[in-house]
Parts: sequence; C-alpha cells; structure tokens
Amino acid sequence: MNDTMSRYRTMTGHRLFWPAAVLVVMLVANTIYRPGFLSIELKDGHLYGTPIDILRLSAPLILVALGMTLVISTGGIDLSVGSLCAISGAIACMYISKQPDQNSLAVVLTALAMALGVALVLGAWNGVLVAVIGIQPIIATLILMVAGRGLAQLITQGQIITINSEPFRAIGLGHLLTLPLAIFIALAAALLVAAFTRRTALGMIVESVGGNAVASRLAGIRSGRVIFLAYVLSAVCAAVAGFMMTANVSSADGNAVGLWVELDAILAVVIGGTSLAGGRFFLSGTILGALIIQTLTTTVYAMNISPQTSLLFKAVVVIAVCLIQAPAFRARFTRRRGSVPPSSAIADKPKEQVPA
Amino acid sequence: MRKMRPNSAPWRAAAVLASVLLVGSMAACGNSDTGGGSTDDGKITLGFSQVGAESGWRTANTTSIKEAAAAAGIELKFDDAQQKQENQIKAIRNYIQQKVDVIAFSPVVESGWDTVLKEAKDAGIPVILTDRSVDSADKSLYKTFLGSDFVKEGRLAGEWLIEQKKTASGPVNIVELQGNTGAAPANDRKKGFGEAIAANPNLKIIASQPGDFTRAGGKQVMEQFLKANPKIDVLFAHNDDMGLGALEAITAAGKVPGKDITIITVDAVKDGMQALADGKFNFIAECSPLLGPQLMDLAKKVHAGEEVPARIETEETTFTQEQAKEALPNRKY
Repeated sequence: MNDTMSRYRTMTGHRLFWPAAVLVVMLVANTIYRPGFLSIELKDGHLYGTPIDILRLSAPLILVALGMTLVISTGGIDLSVGSLCAISGAIACMYISKQPDQNSLAVVLTALAMALGVALVLGAWNGVLVAVIGIQPIIATLILMVAGRGLAQLITQGQIITINSEPFRAIGLGHLLTLPLAIFIALAAALLVAAFTRRTALGMIVESVGGNAVASRLAGIRSGRVIFLAYVLSAVCAAVAGFMMTANVSSADGNAVGLWVELDAILAVVIGGTSLAGGRFFLSGTILGALIIQTLTTTVYAMNISPQTSLLFKAVVVIAVCLIQAPAFRARFTRRRGSVPPSSAIADKPKEQVPA
Repeated sequence: MRKMRPNSAPWRAAAVLASVLLVGSMAACGNSDTGGGSTDDGKITLGFSQVGAESGWRTANTTSIKEAAAAAGIELKFDDAQQKQENQIKAIRNYIQQKVDVIAFSPVVESGWDTVLKEAKDAGIPVILTDRSVDSADKSLYKTFLGSDFVKEGRLAGEWLIEQKKTASGPVNIVELQGNTGAAPANDRKKGFGEAIAANPNLKIIASQPGDFTRAGGKQVMEQFLKANPKIDVLFAHNDDMGLGALEAITAAGKVPGKDITIITVDAVKDGMQALADGKFNFIAECSPLLGPQLMDLAKKVHAGEEVPARIETEETTFTQEQAKEALPNRKY
C-alpha cells in the first residue's frame, strides 16, 4: 500500500507528468467527441490523420520554443522570433521566385543559406544588444520584433510571394518513413541542442548564467558569450521554423508568417516547466508544451468551438495547465484532500470559512 | 544585472540611440509628399492618407488612386500612415494647414476621428472616406463614404450557390472559413451569405471557423473540417487567400477542389483568379481595391459643391470560371 502510494507520488511528482496528463486528457476528450479523431490511414504512401497534422503543425513551434528555452534559461526573452520567421521565409521565397528553375535543389539550398545567413546576423544583433551593451532583453528584442515585421514586408513589397518549388515544399510538407519531414527536422534540432547542453557542460553554464550572471562571471564563466550564443541559436531556430511555415503553404506573407509565435513559444517554455526568471531549463518539457498548444488549436477546429468562445476555452486550458504544473498549487490541493500529512505551519492552522 | 564591462553606460546610450534612429528611419521612409503648399492654379488638390501597405490588395488600392489622380489631372498629396491613427491625424492636420481642396482617407480604426474631422469642416475642406468607415455620430463631418459593401459580397456568393443548388434534393453541407473574428468584412460577409442561403433549407453551414484571412490559417482549419466531416459539398471562404490554403488541404485529403467540393471566395486577387480560371475555385465575389477613378470623380463633385450620396459602393462584379479566364490577363493585383 505504502509502496504504491510512494510510486504514485514519484510518478505524479515528475515534472513532465502533469503536462503529459493534460495532453492525454485533451486527446481523450477529442476522441469521445469524435471517435475517429485518433484514426490514421495510409494515403499516397504516407500517414494521414489528425494526429499527423498535429505533429506537422507543431514542428515550427517546437523549433522556435527550443531557441526560446535557452534564451529564457539565461534570464532573457526573445520577442523577435516571429518577425525572424517572416524575414527568413520572405528571403527564401523571394529568391526562389526570381529563379528560372524553382525546382532546382541548388536554388533552394542557396535560398536557405541566404536566409540563414541573414538570421545569423539578426541573431547576433540581438545578442550584441543584450550581452555586450546590456540592454534589457525585452526591449532589445522588441526592436527587431517591430522593425523585422516591416523588413519582411519590404522584402516581399507588401505582396504575398507564391512559389512553386518541390524541394522547398518538402521542408513543410515532405515525408520521411511515412511521417512528416518537418517533425524529424524539429526533433533533430532538439536532439542536437540536448546533446550540446546535456552531454557537455554548456547546459550547466547556461543555467548558471541564468541563475546568477554576476556570480557565474566571478566563477570564471564568460556570461556574455553564453548569452550571445543563446540569441544567435534562437534566431537560427526561428529561421528554420520560418521555412516550414512558408513551405506549408508555398508562399511568403510578410504580414502573417509567424505572427504571435513568440507568445506561443514563451507559453510552451512555461508549460514545460522552465522558469521565466531563468536558471534550470527543460527541453523535453518545452516540446510537450508545444504539442499541447498545437493540440489545443486543433481541438478548437475539430470540435468546431465557436470563435467567440474559443479564446476563452484556450485561456482556461492554459491556466489549468499552469496551475496544475505548480507544486505549490498541487500541494494545497492534495492537502485539502488530506492524503499528505500536514508538514508546514500553515497546514496546522484551523480551516477558515470563506465566502464563495 | 548584466554589467559585463564597467564602463558600459556610454555604450548603452549609443546603442539605444542607434536603434531608435534605425527604427525611426524605417518608419519615416514610407512617408512622402506631405510637404509643400497648395497652389492656386485651378487644379484640384487632393490630400489622401492611406492605411499602410499591409497586403497586395492595399498596394493595388494605392496604385489605383495614384494613377487615377494623374489621369484626372488632380494634384495628389499622398501619405502612408503605416497602420497608425496618430500618423493619419497628423497627415490630415497637415492637409488642413496646406489648404488642400479635398481630403480623403481610409481610416485605420473606426473611432476617434471627431476632433480632426471637425477641424477640417471648420476650415471648409470636404472629406471623403474610402474603403473603411468611421463611427462618428455627426454624419455632416464627412461628405460621403466610398467603399465595398461586404454584406453584398456575401449575399452575391450565397445567391450564386442558391442558383447552383436549385435542383439539389438532399442536404448540401457547407463549411465556412471566416476572417479575423470581429473584423467588419468577416462579420458582414458571414451575414450576407447566411441571409442569402436561408432561402433554401437544404443548404446548411455545418462548420465555421476563423482562418484569419491567411493561407496558413485557411489550410489548418480546412484540414480539420475535412477530417471531422466526411461529407463537405461547399466551401465558402471570406477571402481568396484562405481558399488557396484550403485547396492544399483538400488535395491532400484526396479530393478534387472545384469538383468534389464547390469553392466560393471573395476578393478576386490575381492568385485567386488564377485558381478560378484553372477550375479549382468555382465562384468569386469581387472586392475591388480599384476605387481611384470613382474617388477622383467624387473629389471633383464635392469641390464643385455638388450634392453626393452619403454612401457610395465601389463598382464590383462577380466572376465565374469562364469570366475569370477572360479577365485574368488584365488583372492588376
């Protein structure tokens, strides 16, 4: 009895347990609403179904949120990622649209390289503003968030650039082993980041910088360099996400690509358990967070929840996830049920009657 | 907190200054032609303040106004407000100071125009609203509102569908891709379409979600519509772009757009017309940005002191697949 209790507690105590539970609840609710929700069939040699859509559509968000996780871990924030998605997509599509043979692999690779190059420069710009000059991250990246959107529209001249390029399309819609290529790209990026941060000391250095930049510097860590790198990485992730978003519809819309994705990414990071104050970060949590957000969006469409209430519905779910995630909130909840012996002074206080 | 170098204050000041200059210069480069005074050479001077350049539709709108002004021999002072009301108010005040003959503008937002419109009225300069309206209670503050009737666009789309499905005996399942929730074009097109199809009880909207007027939005919503509803006969999208996004979702689902699913959209931008000519769309109700010639006509009339109706609709039409093939080569936007 005691053994199962403690096992239950270890399991529910795992930081990924509650976000995963929320994801499962959403999938179950959807399946009850429409039994075919989880069904997957083979169409044209690849898998087709709502779960596949969720995987494919969450890939760009996973990428953006990965970069955001590291930035937030250093105690910063990157508001410019949405604009960077738009810029990279615009540059790639603009270049491809001007070429005589849009289907040539060389053309597409050149386009990607150009866009990535620009993203590197813009990421470095963010990094310099924050790490070298010491501007507050929220202000430093706000500059590019606002100006970048304009830049993307300057590149596309306010038009929607439509292209017809199979290799570029593959980034957003291609398949590998019957699954969307995009999700493999996102997971590969996640593994790469995980390998660099968890198999080397880099992750710990990032966390220590986020925990206390001054102390880290005194301990011999070049905080500035770490912070700079985080912003550059975030920009590169955003650029690749921008390719996916534009490839998904084979067109670059400077006004709409990646709009508000920075907020979704921050939300994914928070749902994943990383504190906005910086310090410890959880890559797997972030990925789960991104999946939750995309599943939520898809649920609204699949259940045809009216647009007027869908925002409220989303907000309620997000608040629930954040609350259930917080150990303080859960402790309060379990204490009221009396399954945990009172351990703090507050718990010993007699219960008060409060008006509803 | 992040003082990496002890003497970072001047650095920081320089960087803030540099970024402010950068953003400032970007904001400034869209503006033009606001300087200079009105000359009294008998030529009508028209001050126009545009919303911005947020879409292909808007760019075509701007081009139409500039070309029509040149053709009509009207001196045009053009200002791009970059989606900001304060820029527009500033531009209008400039035009008042310069004593232009007529002021026209596409309001960024609906409210907050009473003061500046009153200033124009006191200065004796007639004002014409284009494309979007304002919510001023005092209708004498402007001469007329020239723009599309979104309800009518929705109704035309619905009436075409009624005509097509006249002989349908069973239920016809319709899905709808709305514009941004709460936006006037979305509300009005939904209303017009809904009113029109009410004439045939067989026609039923089974799902309706916002696709935010974008291709990505239209595609994402349509993907779920297709999975949740095995039988979809008609798609009504509030603009071409959402329809174009939905095309991809329909093709991916193994259906043939334009045949298995009848697609009706609004706008008639070039890519949409191309899809219509290719047989992927079935019908488009036009929402024309080419109101330049009508605007110049109105400017001349109000300058001459003629009475004009308080509400004038942009000249718009509808397109079937055959009409699209004919019109496509001359499409400007």
